[in-house]
Amino acid sequence: MKNFLTRTRGRRRLHWTDWLSYLYLLMGLLLMFAPVLWLVLSSLKSEAAISEFPPTLLPYTQKMVKLGGEADDGKLHPVFTVKGADGKPREMVELRRKGIIATMIDPAHPGQALKINIRERQPVREVSVASGNYTELFGKFNFLQNLNNSVFITVMATAITLLFNSMAAFALSKYRFTGQKAVLLLIVATLMIPPTIILVPAFLIVSGVGLFNSLWGVIWPAVATPTGVFLLRQYMLTIPDELIEAARMDNASEWRIYWKIVLPLSAPALAVLAIFSVMWRWNDFLWPLLVLSKPENFTLQLALNSFQGELTTEWHYLLAMTVITLVPVTLVFAFLQKYIATGIASAGVK
Amino acid sequence: MATLKLQQVVKRFDSTTTLHGIDLEVQDGEFVVFVGPSGCGKSTLLRVIAGLEPATSGQVLIAGQDVTQRSAAERGCAMVFQSYALYPHMSVYDNMAFGLINSGVKKAEVVSKVGEAARMLRLEELLQRKPTQLSGGQRQRVAIGRAIVRDPKLFLFDEPLSNLDAELRISMRAEIRDLHARLGTTMIYVTHDQVEAMTMADKIVVLRAGKVEQIGAPLALYNHPANSFVAGFIGSPRMNFLPVAALDANLIRRLQLPATAHTIGIRPEHVVPDAAGAITLQITQIERMGGSSLVRGKIGEDRAVVHDLDGNAFEFVVNGQTDLQERGSVQLDFPTAQLHCFGADGVRIELDTQRHAA
Repeated sequence: MKNFLTRTRGRRRLHWTDWLSYLYLLMGLLLMFAPVLWLVLSSLKSEAAISEFPPTLLPYTQKMVKLGGEADDGKLHPVFTVKGADGKPREMVELRRKGIIATMIDPAHPGQALKINIRERQPVREVSVASGNYTELFGKFNFLQNLNNSVFITVMATAITLLFNSMAAFALSKYRFTGQKAVLLLIVATLMIPPTIILVPAFLIVSGVGLFNSLWGVIWPAVATPTGVFLLRQYMLTIPDELIEAARMDNASEWRIYWKIVLPLSAPALAVLAIFSVMWRWNDFLWPLLVLSKPENFTLQLALNSFQGELTTEWHYLLAMTVITLVPVTLVFAFLQKYIATGIASAGVK
Repeated sequence: MATLKLQQVVKRFDSTTTLHGIDLEVQDGEFVVFVGPSGCGKSTLLRVIAGLEPATSGQVLIAGQDVTQRSAAERGCAMVFQSYALYPHMSVYDNMAFGLINSGVKKAEVVSKVGEAARMLRLEELLQRKPTQLSGGQRQRVAIGRAIVRDPKLFLFDEPLSNLDAELRISMRAEIRDLHARLGTTMIYVTHDQVEAMTMADKIVVLRAGKVEQIGAPLALYNHPANSFVAGFIGSPRMNFLPVAALDANLIRRLQLPATAHTIGIRPEHVVPDAAGAITLQITQIERMGGSSLVRGKIGEDRAVVHDLDGNAFEFVVNGQTDLQERGSVQLDFPTAQLHCFGADGVRIELDTQRHAA
């Protein structure tokens, strides 16, 4: 690995093409990751720090200290740097503030209080993580419940999608029956229909069946995806028919052929479909919005929506929740990458 | 008693007829080879016997029972495919155990049966490997092992050696023969290679364009081919065919060819160089293989003479090494005992000389 990463064109020193390559790669890296980095760091900022201009990269908050000794009133007071009489900046703690005049005391000489115009002082800042953004979320609106809903919907929908789509793909790729082409055409043709047209009829059916305001009402309507069927069918076509025939001669029932032979061999395509499905379901907004009406049934995306009011947006909570929302999809990707790579590398029948 | 009987088996794919009414009887324990050129329907016939393709009409009887309507698994056959068809995601052990597990065999018995087959085929060390980690010959043995564990009534081989290199092919031929001697099960073997057919078969079935041309023991086919197709297919190098019309009248009289004779055939190994011979061969090429030499050339001075029905050069084989040179010439004689005669339709005509000899 180290060999690969440090490979250069020039022998020992870097060739100019190496410089260009690294520059290009660095730019790409920045382009891809800077927004994500910004998101994560901003989610750790306090509300005030977010709306600051000019914006800072790291989360800063103003340093707060307790007044020592007799002046201690149990509260934290902000620290500022003030230019002293001798021109040298020194740290002072604000006691109280009235309008534009602040009463500051020097922690070294607590007795002496100075009245200073707020324009003549700079806040002392330190890097501090506003973890409150995350922890307070749990207190607001039933966050765990919504997280559970999202996870439940995504996991169940993905599992059912994989099952149904692979069965359809198996039938359409490995069996010959009259009307096979017509069925495939019909399934793929539904891709041409914009989802918005189906919205109302689908909603009527879902509420007619009694699945309104239920998580299953969100799951069931979209499990049979034409994209999934087509993707899996094309992959299954590459599984040699002779394997299936050998399995038939080995006294395998059709179910066993599906479950033990075709499904394991389709692992790379299934992994791709799983990634698609997780992405669609986790980020799905419109359909859950229609079907779910009670807040305890909301998914994370719907709950996220509630942070965006007409007049104000609680950015710090929004950012924290966005980061939480991104984590599962990233994990799924990282986990399933392995299956895609090994699937492509394996050889089947000679 | 695993006999096989085919009665008027016909197979049609849409409008093309691949098999035109095949009749065949195979005795228990026989090693039968289906041989023929590409596209003759031998693989299709094998698949019909296996049950992978339903016959359009006709009956297939295995061990006396009509299995024409039964599925592949119920027929009690095991097949070794040309591309081995090993399950790539399963280990060698799982590949061999799959069939037994599907049939509900208890685990202990599965282990012992797979172990026995592995021992027979020298696969014990490889049981935990995946097929992608094996060489071609090893994969082939796993495919055979998968067939053996099922203890089938009938073994079906679909050109199993065609993907191996020449040397491995020779050793595997011997191994399969050995296997047959040990197990004694009826085996049906499909190949396009007539050398495999000649060396392995108890009985050869020669197929062409969906019809059976001849059935018989290897040597019977070699010595008494029923028509010019079988004569030309069996035996390597290929038999020489000469149109009677191009022969000298004296020669025709000497060989006592009947009036209906259209073509004569003589195998390269039977042609005798004879200084007093009546036929002159203008040598064009000599293939010297050390143990034998193949001499190729033209008969007749006139270039307009057709040398062979297919335009091939005339060939004959000399044992050992020869002093003959390319662009020289040699006199040849055709011994009448080994001469074959065919009519205009290609069907064999018995010569009087041979009738006495036979």
